[in-house]
Amino acid sequence: MRQLVVIGNGMVGHRLVEAVRSRDTAGEWHIVVLGEEPRPAYDRVALSSYFDGAGEEDLRLPDLSAHPGVELRLGEPATALDRAARAVTTASGAVIGYDALVLATGSTAFVPPVPGRDLPGCHVYRTIEDLEHITATARAATAAGAGADGVVIGGGLLGLEAANALRLLGLRPHVVEMAPWLMPRQVDEGGGAVLGRLIADTGVTAHTAAALTAIEPGPGGAGLRVLLGEGADQRAVDAGVVVFSVGVRPRDELARAAGLELGPRGGVAVDAACRTSDPAVYAVGECASAGGTVYGLIAPGNAMAEVVADRLAGGAATFTGADTSTKLKLLGVDVASFGDAHGTTEGALEVVLNDAPGRRYAKLVVSDDATTLLGGVLVGDASAYAGLRPLVGRELPGDPLELIAPERGAGGGIGVGALPDDAQVCSCNAVTKGAVRAAIAEGGTDIPAIKACTRAGTSCGSCVPMLKNLLADSGIEQSTALCEHFAHSRAELVEIVLATGIATFSELVARHGSGRGCDICKPAVASILASLGGGHILDGEQAALQDTNDHFLANIQRNGTYSVVPRVPGGEITPEKLIVIGEVAREFGLYTKITGAQRIDLLGARVEQLPAIWARLVEAGFESGHAYGKALRTVKSCVGSTWCRYGVQDSVGMAIRLETRYRGLRSPHKLKSAVSGCARECAEARGKDFGVIATEHGWNLYVGGNGGFTPRHAELLASDLDDDTLIRYIDRFLMFYIRTADRLQRTSTWIENLEGGLDHLRAVVVEDSLGVAEELEAAMARHVAGYADEWRGVLEDPDKLARFVSFANAPEAPDPTISFAVEREQPVPAGPVPLGMPAPAGSGPR
Amino acid sequence: MSTPTLPVRTALPWVAACRWDRLTPERGIAVLLPDGGQVAVFRTHDDVLYAVGNIDPFSGAAVISRGIVGDRAGEPTVASPMLKQVFSLRTGHCLDDGAVRLPTYAVRVRDGVIDVSTQPDEATT
Repeated sequence: MRQLVVIGNGMVGHRLVEAVRSRDTAGEWHIVVLGEEPRPAYDRVALSSYFDGAGEEDLRLPDLSAHPGVELRLGEPATALDRAARAVTTASGAVIGYDALVLATGSTAFVPPVPGRDLPGCHVYRTIEDLEHITATARAATAAGAGADGVVIGGGLLGLEAANALRLLGLRPHVVEMAPWLMPRQVDEGGGAVLGRLIADTGVTAHTAAALTAIEPGPGGAGLRVLLGEGADQRAVDAGVVVFSVGVRPRDELARAAGLELGPRGGVAVDAACRTSDPAVYAVGECASAGGTVYGLIAPGNAMAEVVADRLAGGAATFTGADTSTKLKLLGVDVASFGDAHGTTEGALEVVLNDAPGRRYAKLVVSDDATTLLGGVLVGDASAYAGLRPLVGRELPGDPLELIAPERGAGGGIGVGALPDDAQVCSCNAVTKGAVRAAIAEGGTDIPAIKACTRAGTSCGSCVPMLKNLLADSGIEQSTALCEHFAHSRAELVEIVLATGIATFSELVARHGSGRGCDICKPAVASILASLGGGHILDGEQAALQDTNDHFLANIQRNGTYSVVPRVPGGEITPEKLIVIGEVAREFGLYTKITGAQRIDLLGARVEQLPAIWARLVEAGFESGHAYGKALRTVKSCVGSTWCRYGVQDSVGMAIRLETRYRGLRSPHKLKSAVSGCARECAEARGKDFGVIATEHGWNLYVGGNGGFTPRHAELLASDLDDDTLIRYIDRFLMFYIRTADRLQRTSTWIENLEGGLDHLRAVVVEDSLGVAEELEAAMARHVAGYADEWRGVLEDPDKLARFVSFANAPEAPDPTISFAVEREQPVPAGPVPLGMPAPAGSGPR
Repeated sequence: MSTPTLPVRTALPWVAACRWDRLTPERGIAVLLPDGGQVAVFRTHDDVLYAVGNIDPFSGAAVISRGIVGDRAGEPTVASPMLKQVFSLRTGHCLDDGAVRLPTYAVRVRDGVIDVSTQPDEATT
């Protein structure tokens, strides 16, 4: 077990712990959280509701300390970080070691250096403690008759929140803002004007274009006097309490002292993995400087926490900047700002609806040709936000003015159906429309299920109506980039290869991808090239693309040996061949087992033994069973009409015909099949990707079944087919699947995700609705004509054969790490090999 | 054939692996050391050689040489064929788990033959 130390127990630190716990199902990480505040994590965004009757309990975030893998140390801030020793010292003097460290120290409120800023009665607005102090001051000031006014310095988002808090305390709030209008970062001048009126309506006095010059003790020593401006323009506001809410500064002291790199404007510099200059140390939230930017919003913080949790679980998630769009209700006033709200893009045009009497302002920023939405500002009525924000950077679905016209009402008339799958539906938690649809496809049937599965709608909730719409027209289909090297899906790459005739991975990645590939895209492209082109899968450059199983034409086992599965078409085998398998197993000391697919698995072969084993098998008439490939595995059968008194067709004969036809066919995932000789279905054909069941009149074809993690029954595609029609339909079905499915998508999910589902598939396969049947059949004919046994291909080629050695410098020396014990009279790997956990340090090779 | 750039090292005992042209680009080979240890040697697409320990720290099996070579954000990598964790070929660090690292070994080509150091780079053990 490894130890993760999280410094900071704010919202982002809490989210991180939650995210690690949900991913780390194996309990690999023990987490120690160091919290400076004496209380459990709480919702800082909702802080002002503390004055609205919410207690500390209402603000509290879910308790994670009950989890045995989480140790929460409250009121114990970290005081020092020793990176060389990988240890953190806390205020209580404890020294805590870590394997990975996350800085989630957040930020402090910035207090401008004006005279009097330290006077009693001046506060910041950051923690529950601060709220308690503000409350005490306000009560004391009111009791002493120092006036019922409160001044907030700072007219931004947080400042207006603080003003709301003062109002709820029964004070008359004033807001001091240096810019000419409130919330200058989020809204433009026009929006600011409407916002000013709306805020004034709530009883808040806004002092805009006002510079704070000093704070003095109030008249007669009671309360405070806030001085704004200088000289003749100077004004004074007397108040019982002053709250600073000008901005925040990242808390990077610990990182600074430990020599970690900092961002240009403070904050701990992190890369796209949210890793600091020390690879064992991450930083998230407001203390982190990602790409030089310190984000002061919760959504980017949560996104960073998810990235780190993914990284700790072995993933490769990245944080590449965040959408700083916001929609909030401040003092009961709706404000939203998204995308390029200030129209800074070159050539940007603005479409403005300014309804001052109606207290409503809306602006859309569009590209110079008025086709693309770039951003916008909504004040007074932000109901269009949910529909507009996901459209940023995309083509406008209609006249921009229409989209913000008042009569459109909620959602601005933009249906969520118009959004592409990669559009974010929930920006708080970075959940895309595609992710929501995936959750729906996986059985999410209501809002709580989608919330639990995706987190969409769990923060601000503004996207819940869109979630409802998505549920209502529960669409399917998700666009998926293959990996970091290809932005295309597998199906798109098939299209590219078909259209361009590109025949090598190098050319494909150079022209349509980036980098040099990985263990995801290389085998996927190898599979595409194999199923479209042919040739031996270890020919030329293709050899370097194959997964170890395909590379050695055998299945790797936990101790580094391989298993050998010869093809036994239909499960029919002669006594002579059975004897050869027995002899080979005995000679090479292999463990034998009957598989679920009516064939025999020979396990425990070392790499350098494989060619000799194949030579014996090939000589006896066997060939590769492709048990190692994402390919057709087997066509299982019952004995059928030849022997069985119930059988109505020759199921064994048909199974052999099918297996011989489709052997070696590379596909997006493994393919299994079976043929049953009657409706009793002894071959379990409906549990297969394509299953055939005999009828009195011919064959019924079922598709989309599988066993495994999520078992599915295959569904009827066509009935009472004669032999040749059956094969023609299967040809079409398989080639259509190979060309359009995603990587590792089995036929069941592929059919589910096809627009139109099984009916559409039937139209394509049976009625040739797309007019592609001939092409699909021709492709299958090429596959059948080009088939050659892959084992024999190696045995006949000295270059390929030369790869089957244990060591380059000792080709015949057995791997010394492989040893066997005997169990039930057969060899099995000796000693438990721990999978999934790193071996203890020092156990590797010298 | 272009000659790879290699760090200059002296006084290391070397073991000959195989001829340079035996090594398929973007594929690995295993080399047995005199003390029974194992090294995986890889040739990347740009003909640079890398050598790391052959034992997969996650499974304990000697299989790293059989992994798929590629890159992650430009860093040359190999993915363990067992459970697919990805390692940097340059540093041996597991990019999916900061706490795990493969030892790295010096590697050179002399007279068309690949030599591997019999001792791992000190900092990586």
